[in-house]
Order: sequence, then C-alpha cells, then structure tokens
Amino acid sequence: MSGFDKVVTSYAEALEGLEDNMTIIAGGFGLCGIPENLIKEIKRRGTKGLTIASNNAGVDGKGLGILLEDQQIAKMIASYVGENALFEAQMMSGELEVELTPQGTLAEKMRAGGAGIPAFFTATGYGTPVGEGKEVREFDGRNYILEEALYGDFSIAKAWKADRYGNLMFRKTARNFNPMAITAGKIAVVEVEEIVEVGQLDPDEIHLSGIYVNRLIQGTFEKTIEQRTVRSA
Amino acid sequence: MALTREQLAQRVAQEFQDGYYVNLGIGIPTLAANYIPQDMQVMLQSENGLLGMGQFPLDEEVDADLINAGKQTVTMVPGASIFSSAESFAMIRGGHVDLTVLGAFEVDCQGNIASYMIPGKLIKGMGGAMDLVAGADNIIVTMTHASKSGASKLLAECTLPLTGKGCIKRVLTDLALMDIADGKFILRERAPGVSVEEIASLTGGELIIPDNVPEMTF
Repeated sequence: MSGFDKVVTSYAEALEGLEDNMTIIAGGFGLCGIPENLIKEIKRRGTKGLTIASNNAGVDGKGLGILLEDQQIAKMIASYVGENALFEAQMMSGELEVELTPQGTLAEKMRAGGAGIPAFFTATGYGTPVGEGKEVREFDGRNYILEEALYGDFSIAKAWKADRYGNLMFRKTARNFNPMAITAGKIAVVEVEEIVEVGQLDPDEIHLSGIYVNRLIQGTFEKTIEQRTVRSA
Repeated sequence: MALTREQLAQRVAQEFQDGYYVNLGIGIPTLAANYIPQDMQVMLQSENGLLGMGQFPLDEEVDADLINAGKQTVTMVPGASIFSSAESFAMIRGGHVDLTVLGAFEVDCQGNIASYMIPGKLIKGMGGAMDLVAGADNIIVTMTHASKSGASKLLAECTLPLTGKGCIKRVLTDLALMDIADGKFILRERAPGVSVEEIASLTGGELIIPDNVPEMTF
C-alpha cells in the first residue's frame, strides 16, 4: 500500500505512460528551475510529436533544447524563444510550430487549467496579433480577449524540497512557472533536490500541496546559469 | 545633444517616488536602478517572480536559483519576496506595480506600442511585455527618437504589429520627453541643446508644443 506516497525511484518510472503526440506542461524560466533530468528522460525515451508549453525552450544542448536534436517537439507554446539556434532553424523550416503567448497569459492559462477554469478574459494582447480571432468583451469601458486554459497529459516540474506525499517547497526564483505547471497536468511529475519524511515540513511553509503531485523523484541537478553577471567587490 | 544611455536612465529615475514598486525592462530601463536617490526607497519587481531585486552578486554569491527576467544572476534586498510567475503577473495585471519602464521600436500618438516583432525578421517572442503594457497604468517607454537614417519612431500610427493598444501615456527618447493624450504627442521636455524644431521635424503624428518646453536637468 503506497497511500499518499508519491516517490518513484527511477526516471523511467517517473515518465511511464508518456506517449507520442501528448501535451506536456513544463515548469522553469530560462534554465532556472527546469526539470532537467525529466527532460533528459524524455530524450532517452525518444517520444515524438510532443506539444510542450513552457515559458522558454531551453538553449542549444540544455533544457528543452535537447529535445529539438531528434525533433521530438512538434509544437511549442512559449513567450520567448530567442536563445536557441536549433529552435530557430526548425521554426523557420516549419518543422516546429510555435504559438507565442504572453508570459502572464501563459502562466494564467496553466493556473486556469489546474483550477478548473476553462477560459478567462485578459486585456493582455487586445489589439495585437495575439488577440486575432479571439472573442473580445468589454468590461467597464475596456476591451479584453478570451484566453483558454491549458491542460497537459503530463506536467514536468522541479521543486527544491518535498515530503513523500509530494508537498513541495521551491527555492528563490526557481519557483517561477513550476507551481502552475504542476497543477495543469493529468499526471504531474516533479523532481526535487531533497525528499524528507512526512511531518518534517511545516504545513505553513509548503508552497504547493501534494494533492497536485502524482510522481516524485529525487535527482541531482546541473543548474546551468544562462547569464552569469557579477559585480566586483 | 541627444541623451546618452546613462542620461536616459537618469531621467527615468527622476520619475521614481519614495515607496514605489517598479518594473524595469531589459536595457536602458534596467540602468535606471543605478540612479535611485539615496534618500528614497524603491523596490524592483522582476516578472519571473521576485519583488525586491538587488544588485548583481559578488562572484561567491552567485546562485543559479536566483535570476532576473533577463536571466541574469541577481541578489535580493532585505524585505524581498518570492512568488510564482502567475502571482507575479497578477500583481502586474492587477495594477499593483506603480511604474513600468520598457523599450519599444515604435510608439504612436494613439498610445499604441510596437516592441516585439518585425515582420520578416526572426520573432523571438513578447515575453512579459504585452502583460506589462496592458496591466500597468503608469508606463514610461524609453527609445531612440528616430532611426539612424532619421526615420521617426514616434508616429501617427505604428507600422509594426502592436504589443499593446492605447496604453502608453509617456515616452522618453534621446531627444525629448513626451506625454500622449487625446491622440496627440505633447512635448514636455527637451534634451539639453536640442531645439523644439529638431524634435518636431523628427516626430510623426500630431505634436502639441507648449509655450515653454524646458531642457531636462540632471
């Protein structure tokens, strides 16, 4: 009996059931707080035709960028994709479909997906290419467009610390899209730096409840820094 | 003389008020953080999920889990807070950020802004810019007034696809500070040594020139 114990011991087990043409919602901002080992496992599995919603698409050789090497991504839903030459090439050739979505709208689409809200109105994108073809409604003299929620067959995300029930704590700005991404997937898979026993996390300090998490795995992380900027003492 | 990048940043910083929560875009807007007056408290919001962004870290302080919206390593000031990207944009969309500063390719006298896409060129994405311009009430756009060939970027109507419609009320260029109201640019200040005539000749769209247009002071 595993009850609420969400821990799995291998990455293969963590992504069991992931099939071609599925939709994945992924956490992370740039290379910060990305589920880097789960992404590597998707590459190892060779799953193709994926739709992936993630703020960014990694860089060449890192993060989601590695899934482009074998053309595993068919469609990318992202707000900014400018750091990746392979991505550019596949986008220009038409191999890769890209749906550019404003960052806040993307976050809210994930949140809505996880919260059972099928769509919402936002002023973001009204009168721009993003608003084209979308329903417009006026509230209090201002125009808003209808944006639909995002749902994933899987979510992949990274947190800092978890208990075995999948209660999660994030660390600094590695939180970013991870909490919403987790809630929006039918099967939410989370990798963490440390798993502690149940009862060791203060319930008041849990950032996301384990109810949203289906599978939990402890990993070790490279944590590549995209733009190392320092000041001198 | 057209303003330097540093002067643009200094002029932006003159818009800061004590107790302001401010979101600074990448580039010149970010430089404005260097000119926050000593006797003033301003807290910087980074839309990936940080309020209370500090300076760049010392080499030994670098933390891969702590970056800004430009993906640069940063630090936090005392009193900082961390939240998800959804909550970050709830702050922005909900009008809780006091001042937003960002760059643009074009602005027109209807308050439209184009800043993310040049047809025929590679489109990298809008990031958070569309949310910022739609959500904030108090926005300053910083940009060069005209292209190197002298083509105005302050227009009667934007030619590039829009980032936001009817949302810009203030533009700071290397030549002038302008307000936008009722479909017109209103010249408020000019860069030191730049004439009203020069500004007018490089501005598309209707321009109101008040009797007194002071030079900026730093």
